[in-house]
Amino acid sequence: MTDDVLLRARGLTKSFGDFTAVDGIDVQVLRGEAFGFLGPNGAGKSSTMKMVGCVSPVSGGELRILGMDPAADGAAIRARLGVCPQQDMLDEDLSVEENLWVYGRFFGLSRKEVRARTDELLDFAQLTERRHDRVEPLSGGMKRRLTIARALVNDPEVLLLDEPTTGLDPQARHVLWDRLYRLKREGVTLIITTHYMDEAEQLCDRLVVMDHGRIVAEGSPRELIDTYSTREVVELRFPVDEQERHVDAARAVAERVEELPDRLLAYTADGDETLARLHERGVRPLSSLVRRSTLEDVFLHLTGRSLVD
Amino acid sequence: MSAPTVPGPAVADAPSGRLGPGPRRPTSRGERLGAVMAHHLYVYRRTWKGSVIGRFVSPLFFLLSMGLGLGALVDARAGGVEGLPYLRYVVPGIVAMQAMMLAFGDSTYAVMGYIKWNRMYSAMLSTPLRVGEVLWGHLLVVALQLGVATAIFLLVAAPFGAFGSWWVLLAVPVAVLTGMAFSVPTFALAAWLENDNGFSILFRFVMTPLMLFSGTFFPVDQLPGWMQPLAWVTPLWHGVELSRDASEGVWPGWAGVGHLGVLVLYVGVGAVLAHRSFTRRLLS
Repeated sequence: MTDDVLLRARGLTKSFGDFTAVDGIDVQVLRGEAFGFLGPNGAGKSSTMKMVGCVSPVSGGELRILGMDPAADGAAIRARLGVCPQQDMLDEDLSVEENLWVYGRFFGLSRKEVRARTDELLDFAQLTERRHDRVEPLSGGMKRRLTIARALVNDPEVLLLDEPTTGLDPQARHVLWDRLYRLKREGVTLIITTHYMDEAEQLCDRLVVMDHGRIVAEGSPRELIDTYSTREVVELRFPVDEQERHVDAARAVAERVEELPDRLLAYTADGDETLARLHERGVRPLSSLVRRSTLEDVFLHLTGRSLVD
Repeated sequence: MSAPTVPGPAVADAPSGRLGPGPRRPTSRGERLGAVMAHHLYVYRRTWKGSVIGRFVSPLFFLLSMGLGLGALVDARAGGVEGLPYLRYVVPGIVAMQAMMLAFGDSTYAVMGYIKWNRMYSAMLSTPLRVGEVLWGHLLVVALQLGVATAIFLLVAAPFGAFGSWWVLLAVPVAVLTGMAFSVPTFALAAWLENDNGFSILFRFVMTPLMLFSGTFFPVDQLPGWMQPLAWVTPLWHGVELSRDASEGVWPGWAGVGHLGVLVLYVGVGAVLAHRSFTRRLLS
């Protein structure tokens, strides 16, 4: 049973001088799960990932990865992890395949093992045709896929992905998500940080929402939406100076209303009905949109702020 | 979006060559150092053509200008320096000086690049490698380059009659040690600096004066008395003296032990500082 707990943190803390980046979090990740840390920039996600990756000493609390203590067995843990950092960290002077070769050697893989894995990883990362090319001119999406391929060179049991699609265009993001699904299907445990709610919803079986170094909610994306939001949301836009006048009317017909600088969000079980009742009250927004609740709404409800500012 | 499921490893479509879960074969320190060196040698393999040409041409320039051009003048007017034709006086000094220049060149922007530009050091530390292995794997490749460059220099200069003895072969390890006495502390500095502005200060106010005032081109006792101690406490003068003794086959005695001691001290203290500044910068 405990063998299936790949990551266990209790009261995990990271401080830099007076600043507490991670403030006593409790987390458990099971083998085969895709687990997410969702939160805005500066929430403490990357600091958590660095501690889990055994490249940043724990300031307080307890952390066990694969049943081992990073302070004592950092190298043995890292031998079984794959790390895809926020910045690609590739050697751009080397070719695509050379980046994989040299990295495999760091794990003590023989030249033969590395070469055997290289073909397969290049295929996985859809970079076979670029294998002899230098890394520097590759696109952002290609570099990111190469970084992931490199992180897989030691056939890790856990893959840590810190903001895997930040800075990529929508198409490159979807290609990457597809690759990550495949890994998940093959049984690789994924631990992902992201400030994109759609990414968390797409990839994560279970996630924690972090804010200011603390965990403010935990569950599957569906559970979080059910618990902290309503089924639907009506987005209402008004002329800039009129929005405030309509807040009360919206409150009367919705369960909850959030005021954003450019729009009102009315939370409700049935968006169309809420919109109809607003019309009855003579409220005429410039535009309105009924949509399903997302993790963005969960975050807004929990913290009063949006994820991406 | 599905309910949380925990799929077991799907053996059927698992890619070949998989290592599977569980502890991995532990690696030895030598293996890990070798892996770091292999990385740097791969990088070097991409750039060696330019650097080898540079390493043939720059000693040739020095030989022609200092050894032969200036040398003819010095020999005619002063009858050489310290009983030697100027060519034989100056070339072993330039060998040591070149080691210093290469050491600075390989230990500044390259190190900062691995720390903050492509962040390869951080990528390395995400593997079973330890910080000392990341540091020394890189340093050993610098040492190797110093050895190769010095050997090339000797090959180019020997036909001009620049050396008085076969003992000059010892100038290779001397030059490597001299270069490392600069390289190791510079690694520490590069990991400590926030940006590369400090390097131009290093080149202008450390490297250039050392080139000129370390007994490379003329004996330090020609300097004003207050400047001589500066030569004694910095590594280059010690390297130059050892290099000159080697190239003439002169046994330096206790002075040689002193020279070696100073160079080793620079490497040793530099190593402690570099390890500390790498740890602080990369594993905080």
